[in-house]
Amino acid sequence: MTEQANRLLDGPRGPKPKRVFSRRNIFLYGTLLMVTIYYAIPLYVMIVTSLKGLPEIRLGNIFSPPMEVTFEPWTKAWGEACTGLNCNGLSSYFWNSIKITVPSVIASIIIASVNGYALANWRFKGANLFFGILIFGAFIPYQVMLYPIVIMLRELGLYGDLSGLIIVHTIFGMPILTLLFRNYFTSLPEELFKAARVDGAGFWGIYFRVLLPMSLPIFTVAVILQVTGIWNDFLFGVVYTGPEAYPMTVALNNIVNTTQGVTEYNVNMAATILTALVPLVIYFVSGKLFVRGIAAGAVKG
Amino acid sequence: MSADRPNQLFRNMNAKVAAIPMIVTALFVFVGGTAWTIVYSFTKSGLLPRMKWVGLDQYERLWGTKRWLIAIENLAIYGLCMLVLVFVIGFILAALIDQKIRFENTIRTVILYPYAMSFVVTGLVWQWILNPEFGIQNIVRGIGWESFTFDPLYTPEIAIFGVLIAGLWQGSGLVMVLMLAGLRGIDHEVWKAARIDGIPAWKTYIFIVIPMMRPVFITTLVLVVTGIVKVFDLIVAQTGGGPGIATEVPAKYVYDMMFRNNNLGQGFAASTMMLVTVALIVIPWAILEFGGKRSND
Repeated sequence: MTEQANRLLDGPRGPKPKRVFSRRNIFLYGTLLMVTIYYAIPLYVMIVTSLKGLPEIRLGNIFSPPMEVTFEPWTKAWGEACTGLNCNGLSSYFWNSIKITVPSVIASIIIASVNGYALANWRFKGANLFFGILIFGAFIPYQVMLYPIVIMLRELGLYGDLSGLIIVHTIFGMPILTLLFRNYFTSLPEELFKAARVDGAGFWGIYFRVLLPMSLPIFTVAVILQVTGIWNDFLFGVVYTGPEAYPMTVALNNIVNTTQGVTEYNVNMAATILTALVPLVIYFVSGKLFVRGIAAGAVKG
Repeated sequence: MSADRPNQLFRNMNAKVAAIPMIVTALFVFVGGTAWTIVYSFTKSGLLPRMKWVGLDQYERLWGTKRWLIAIENLAIYGLCMLVLVFVIGFILAALIDQKIRFENTIRTVILYPYAMSFVVTGLVWQWILNPEFGIQNIVRGIGWESFTFDPLYTPEIAIFGVLIAGLWQGSGLVMVLMLAGLRGIDHEVWKAARIDGIPAWKTYIFIVIPMMRPVFITTLVLVVTGIVKVFDLIVAQTGGGPGIATEVPAKYVYDMMFRNNNLGQGFAASTMMLVTVALIVIPWAILEFGGKRSND
């Protein structure tokens, strides 16, 4: 009876035929088109500005496409732009960022995945307490912990050094990554774990031979999350490294906001795109996995 | 559930070893570091931390400093506008995208890409677009409206809104994605029932769908608010705190005091105030979300 009633209420089956140019559609797609253009404009402006010569920028309008395309600003931003007195462009800072990002990503993912695995499958007394502190730690403003870490790194002799910054990134990546891995490993069927136990596999055996092979997606998500996060970091870079070891974001800010000499807007924009390139490429290539990564931040434990 | 899992001490040794980095981080960095900063905020630390107790002196001085008051005011304006607008924009965009539209992936990709870029990049792009000599103001004047003025970054009274534009552009995609996930999580039956009862769509959203999405709203709120309190690189890149001190924010005040002005005590006191602000929001949320669950552990 209720089923019949439901069917009645559902009305006719199948999608309702729609007119393409209904008022609703025009409004809907019109709004979305405008929104999309709005979001896309800054990237567009960056690109066109970086391809113009300085005289053309002075004359014209930031939205107009370049009349004469030049790649000189790009080469200049890469190799000659000045941060203060040092005019070596962004290239060395790009390599700094690579040297910071790669080890930090690897270290933080290894530590967090093993840790998440221990939390999910080998619960021990007190584990939840430490995990709780860790997650709360993710909400503490970094400013509160900046100076104590300066002292710790100084004691270790790593302050101002790339390796110090790598440790800092590993530490602050831990809450979110541990949460990510813990939730993922908890969601796997427990029978897998039990069967492996019965077959005599130990802690590391299960991790390497059972869980790792089936966790590729979550590792990819973690890599995306960490690479973009660490590459985009500014605060830790400026606090824990010296001018020689600055990551790209800090160098970019110094190049653009330097007050000496003529401001070369085209070089500035080329430098800006160069700095944004790595996360942008990751974003456009990874698609849905990127979204999964940021959604992980919103998933509750 | 956990009772039938191995529980003996020696079998868990590996797990404990694996958890050492977490335990060290939690205890020494998060708890230890925070406690250290709070304790030293009551001391007369200058260039180096010194254990010379001065009670609430640093806090009194902090709240008597014009720069800090401006920073707090800016954070309040930026935070409030950001919070309201990011939710309104994020939700409306999510609702529009949820209408079974075509090109959904493309639109979503374009709205979210700013979130992949750093605050430094965001700040610099918008510094350029809002540049009065070349940017929007110049273009509108070029069209023929000679007296048009739009130079938020050079007008102290409204400079913070220039930062807000950039912040919204960067962050609204995130809210849109989270809201969209929330909308997709709502049972279709709810929509059908509302349609049968003849409730208009906007009413269904406000009175039925949004209340059902409460958990999504709350987690998004916590994410957005902690992000707002931390805002630092955006300001440094876009305005450098200027013109003058018009766009100072607490995080920048802390940084400047600690690493530029050799006034550690002020930095510690200011960062402790930031911690208090976050705690006021996170603790009630944590109690609401996890308060009931804790007893099961």
